[in-house]
Amino acid sequence: MHYFGEFPGLINYWIVVVLMMTGFYIVIAHKNLVKKIVGLNIFQVSVFVFFITMAKIKDGSAPILADGITTYSNPLPHVLILTAIVVGVATTALGLALVVRIRDAYGTIEDDEIEAQENEP
Amino acid sequence: MGFMAVIGFAVARLRNLFAVVMLTGIFSLTAAMLYVVLDAVDVAFTEAAVGAGISTVLLLSTLALTTSEEKTVNAGDSHWALALVVATGCVLVYGTLDMPPFGDPTAAIHNYVAPYYLEKSGAQTGIPNVVTSILASYRGYDTLGEVFVIFTASVGVLLIIGRPKFGRRRTHRFAAGELRDSMRQNVILRVVSKLLIPFIMVFALYVQWHGDFGPGGGFQAGVIFAAGYILYTLIFDVDTARMVVPAVATRLCLGLGVLLYAGVGVVSLLMGGDFLDYSVLADDPVKGQHLGILLIEFGVGLTVAAAMIAIFFTFARQER
Repeated sequence: MHYFGEFPGLINYWIVVVLMMTGFYIVIAHKNLVKKIVGLNIFQVSVFVFFITMAKIKDGSAPILADGITTYSNPLPHVLILTAIVVGVATTALGLALVVRIRDAYGTIEDDEIEAQENEP
Repeated sequence: MGFMAVIGFAVARLRNLFAVVMLTGIFSLTAAMLYVVLDAVDVAFTEAAVGAGISTVLLLSTLALTTSEEKTVNAGDSHWALALVVATGCVLVYGTLDMPPFGDPTAAIHNYVAPYYLEKSGAQTGIPNVVTSILASYRGYDTLGEVFVIFTASVGVLLIIGRPKFGRRRTHRFAAGELRDSMRQNVILRVVSKLLIPFIMVFALYVQWHGDFGPGGGFQAGVIFAAGYILYTLIFDVDTARMVVPAVATRLCLGLGVLLYAGVGVVSLLMGGDFLDYSVLADDPVKGQHLGILLIEFGVGLTVAAAMIAIFFTFARQER
């Protein structure tokens, strides 16, 4: 099978899938809001790694033009991910601010405890 | 990459959130190294400064404000979650079987706009770093949008927890406070950081203004500058740091950066070009492009640095 032909082949993508699913699992299985945000971060990083992996060309060099280099890796995904990282930290901060505010209002950051408080008459 | 997967699993299992945050920092640093290996030097720069620096500090401040222990999860729920995750993972792996193998130069994404950028950008913008010229010139609209998102997010943080109200439930957590006090009293930390911080700042400026020739640019410079400043605040004091840069100044810079970026667009519109078309800014289109890119990168740097500092201070101020 050609999938296993030449190392690394598709292994990078598979690890990305594993990372993404780890993040996904943390987000849906854990009740703690901070943990959920960490899970989202892992999910996000896996998408970044996916893009950067796609951009790589064998024997390519970093996309900074110089004499004597003919093959460059694809710069477009780099641009997308570069901005996405900074936007990611800004949105993470927004999420954390909401967590702090929720803690002020309910005294807990566990999802189920908040729900229990909501259902109290 | 295997190392990253291991850290991911550890994060999923651990209950102590403090350890989780530390592991996330290591995770980001590993990711940054991976980006260097995959030729994405600009991205690695950003990830190292953001992931290992700023987001770790933000997560720690949140822990100091809330709690650092997670309660145990309900076992029944997590079996369902695990099954769902494994199923989704299998579908995704099945999807990757159609992907081109790693490093294949004939893959679809390398054959449309990317060769155009690689061939033309050097002559059209006079800038060797292709990432910078795409970011600031060809994809200027996108980047403007991203800067607005950062601006909006930090305004959101300021609105949500920016104004501490009286009578809120605030339990001061001594553990975090003591840690910080011991950091302030530590002579080695104080002396080394005093020596280092000016260099971090100068480095940030270098990354800002040299981003068109080497790896770097507004986003990276902004986060490095903010990280240096946050380091100063951690070692010394929030109030001392606030005297250096008052709250009004960061909020002003936050807006100024976005305005500078959009302003360059409007000026190019007034001078007869399209919005964010820098060719008309100078007599020579190449010089115009270069000038435009420098200006908007400065705007980006200003907004990013101000946003990070403002967000950090909002979190730090909550603790008292």
